[in-house]
Amino acid sequence: MTRFTVNDRPVQYRMDPDTPLLWALRDASNLTGTKYGCGTGDCGACTVDIDGEAVRSCQVTIGKTEGRFVTTIEALSPDRGHPVQQAFAADNVSQCGYCIPGMIMAASVLLRRTNDPSDAEIDAAITNICRCGIYPRLRGAIRRAGRIMRGEDTGVGEQGAAAPPPGITPEDAARTVPALGRPAPQPKR
Amino acid sequence: MSAANLSRRGFITASLIAGGGLLFDLAVPMALAADGSPVILNAFIRILPDNRVIIGAKNAEIGQGAKTMLPMLIAEELDVDWAQVSIEQTHADAKIFGGQSAGGSRTTPREWLPTRQAGAAARAMLVAAAAAQWGVAAGTLTTASGKVTDPKTGKSVPYAALAVAAAKLSPPDPATLTLKDPASFRIIGQSIGGVDTPAIVAGKPLFGIDFKLPNMLYAVLETCPAFGGTFKSANLDAVRALPGIAHVLTIKGDGTPESGFDGVAILAKSWWTANLARETLKVAWDDSAVTNFSTQGYAAQAATRAQGKADADITRTGDIDAAFASAGKVVTADYSYPFLAHATLEPQNCTALFKDGAIEIWAPTQNPESGRALVAKALNLPPEKIRINFTRIGGGFGRRLMNDYMVQAALVAAQVPGVPVKLLFTRADDMRRDFYRPAGWHGFRAALDKSGALTAFHDHFITFGKDGKPVRSAELSPGELPAGLLDNVLLEQSFLATNMPTGWLRAPGSNALAFVYQAFLDEVAAAAGKDLPTLMLELLSKTAQVSQGANRPPFVTARAKGVIEKALAMGGWANRKALPKGQGKGFAFYYSHAGYFAEVLEVAVADGVPKVKTVWVAGDVGSHIINPINALHQVQGSVIEGLGQALAGQVITQVAGAIEQANFDTHPLQRIPDTPTIHVDFVKTDYSPTGLGEPALPPVIPALVNAIHAATGKRIRSLPVTTEMLA
Repeated sequence: MTRFTVNDRPVQYRMDPDTPLLWALRDASNLTGTKYGCGTGDCGACTVDIDGEAVRSCQVTIGKTEGRFVTTIEALSPDRGHPVQQAFAADNVSQCGYCIPGMIMAASVLLRRTNDPSDAEIDAAITNICRCGIYPRLRGAIRRAGRIMRGEDTGVGEQGAAAPPPGITPEDAARTVPALGRPAPQPKR
Repeated sequence: MSAANLSRRGFITASLIAGGGLLFDLAVPMALAADGSPVILNAFIRILPDNRVIIGAKNAEIGQGAKTMLPMLIAEELDVDWAQVSIEQTHADAKIFGGQSAGGSRTTPREWLPTRQAGAAARAMLVAAAAAQWGVAAGTLTTASGKVTDPKTGKSVPYAALAVAAAKLSPPDPATLTLKDPASFRIIGQSIGGVDTPAIVAGKPLFGIDFKLPNMLYAVLETCPAFGGTFKSANLDAVRALPGIAHVLTIKGDGTPESGFDGVAILAKSWWTANLARETLKVAWDDSAVTNFSTQGYAAQAATRAQGKADADITRTGDIDAAFASAGKVVTADYSYPFLAHATLEPQNCTALFKDGAIEIWAPTQNPESGRALVAKALNLPPEKIRINFTRIGGGFGRRLMNDYMVQAALVAAQVPGVPVKLLFTRADDMRRDFYRPAGWHGFRAALDKSGALTAFHDHFITFGKDGKPVRSAELSPGELPAGLLDNVLLEQSFLATNMPTGWLRAPGSNALAFVYQAFLDEVAAAAGKDLPTLMLELLSKTAQVSQGANRPPFVTARAKGVIEKALAMGGWANRKALPKGQGKGFAFYYSHAGYFAEVLEVAVADGVPKVKTVWVAGDVGSHIINPINALHQVQGSVIEGLGQALAGQVITQVAGAIEQANFDTHPLQRIPDTPTIHVDFVKTDYSPTGLGEPALPPVIPALVNAIHAATGKRIRSLPVTTEMLA
């Protein structure tokens, strides 16, 4: 069966149960924040949160996801206000930006376990690939996110407020292909 | 050409927009086109009734920051606050927008003047409108934060309130425009975060792969594993019978990799479904003409060619034979490097909708006009029937200067009119259908006189080519240093045949040449009893400039010396001998894409594994660093990419005409623990700003191998670096 919860909504996919979760999210649910990079679990661009674990969604089928609780970048926060999102914006971490949703999802899982991770813990948890080379500011942003969670940082970086209005209107196909809604953030488990 | 040659009418128009705002369409002069007609840049600036300003971003954004940087230039001269500004991505049309490609680090030098002029022209019209309203001379008024102020009366009016009056004015003559004194820049030189950053961290659908249309079908494309193989037959009906498959089509290539080879496309509502059907698909290809190409074959041919006469002279100055005959010492070494893939994290993709004899395309492309020309040819369509929309691009690195995937998507979409099609490569497709950085072999000789001075330099560069000419990105510039700094120089090339498509990988040419030239010169310096920076500074003292050919700025030796001295100071070069055993510092300098970069690198080698600890980078890209935080990121990214090429095990190999590697397990990229500390500083010189996407990359590789030599005494003469080399 292919019934589980995606971003707090119950879903049953009418797709082959062997379909990787990644493609159900992207093609059926229009949750395109979860990226395809390799299909082999090497790159981490497709990382989502399944029952509190960071999982490469290209490596788990929708059949195997039955009954589980999936959170994607779209529902990490209603307003990109999750501490990791704030910190990544404040530190202007991204270059092309393609790896960022996977990085943020992996970091959010790490910080739920420990909001003051060491470099070694960060390196062990963030095995994602960035082709542009954002690494010099990645650890710092994750540590900033930890400080935000601990109430020690306002999330205001060198570039000003962490989550300013986007000020852009990307041609958002979601307007014509409605995505799953974006409910309030899930309670911490 | 002076700007005044342009008709004023063609320069700027201001018009009211619904709701009371003001729209400026700006066309400002760029360089002359080959036929003498002016090439224009068209920007647009919309001033909304609430005094917010919308600026069009016209260039492809691959993470290099152009979507933020170009509007910064306009906002600076328009004299508005960045907080007032919103950015909109334009579509691709060179007739309207001028150059929109992202490649060769050319955006900054191309746009620095005309884009600021666009902002200044709009500002001049607003000031003129206020001057007329108040009955004062325009020259007495000032602007700031989107307002015109009369300092005498203290009166102030927002730009939006001047819309009606400005729209009635004649446009200014571009020759009369004065640009801001750099001392009063308020946006240029400030670190400004990427305009898409908030959308990126929210996972918004910005990228080509994310773009969707109602009723869109996903397509995968099977092509011959050996480049250039042609379609014979396939079990198309068996694939059509699979559940969920909407269409199975063949597309005919034109035999060139740029337009695309023959292929079989499978279309379905889910990309996974379409891709899974490839397991059933059985295609017979005619690849008899291309299966004899292999990496082993190239290496054997290169070894043979190294013993013989070269195919082409690139540079021959002085008397090379006499110089070697009279040398006190001759240093020789052979260097080589492999083919490399681009491996953009977002695989190649393109969405296309063919309808009523026209096609609309949404593509992550670095070079839309080249794509338009190829699509026009492939579909036999007039170019004006092709609309190309930019998406944000999940990494470019030169891969998306080629538009094969655009042509292929168009060829598929044209067979299903009215149905939008998204072609998406698998990672394996992406790695096996690239335009590779060509491999190369260099046989070097250098002559030293009795005093240890370098007197002659010879490189026999064996690479790939056809009809006596190098393939794309295998070129060797006649001005490749030390040519121009030395009397006796012979640079020559020989060419092997290949079926592998080659292309521009970030800092094309330079990413390989910097390695071999600066690593070999490190050997030469050592043979002369000095270090590489000393040798470089000696060579650079001989002349002020070296021509880099027509249409390219000359190499200025003083700028090179400036960054070399800076990097040596930053990296503590003088104290390098104090490092413990197994550690070492290396140096390299390289000039590419009009940028001067010197780098010092510290490495520790233990058990044959090099660990880069720190890299110090000094760069000179002219008078201004437009967006410092983005400049820093470009340099850091360049350093990490270069280290990846040398250390991560990246190599592309070929067997029977086809590529062996398929994914990141066999073509690895750097990860967090591989990241050194990177210190970056810029030497500002009185030259117009140039680009930063590329020039910081080339020197890091020779700095690394020179550091490995300092640490271990072992010379690395081929890439990638392996543990066996250091055992």
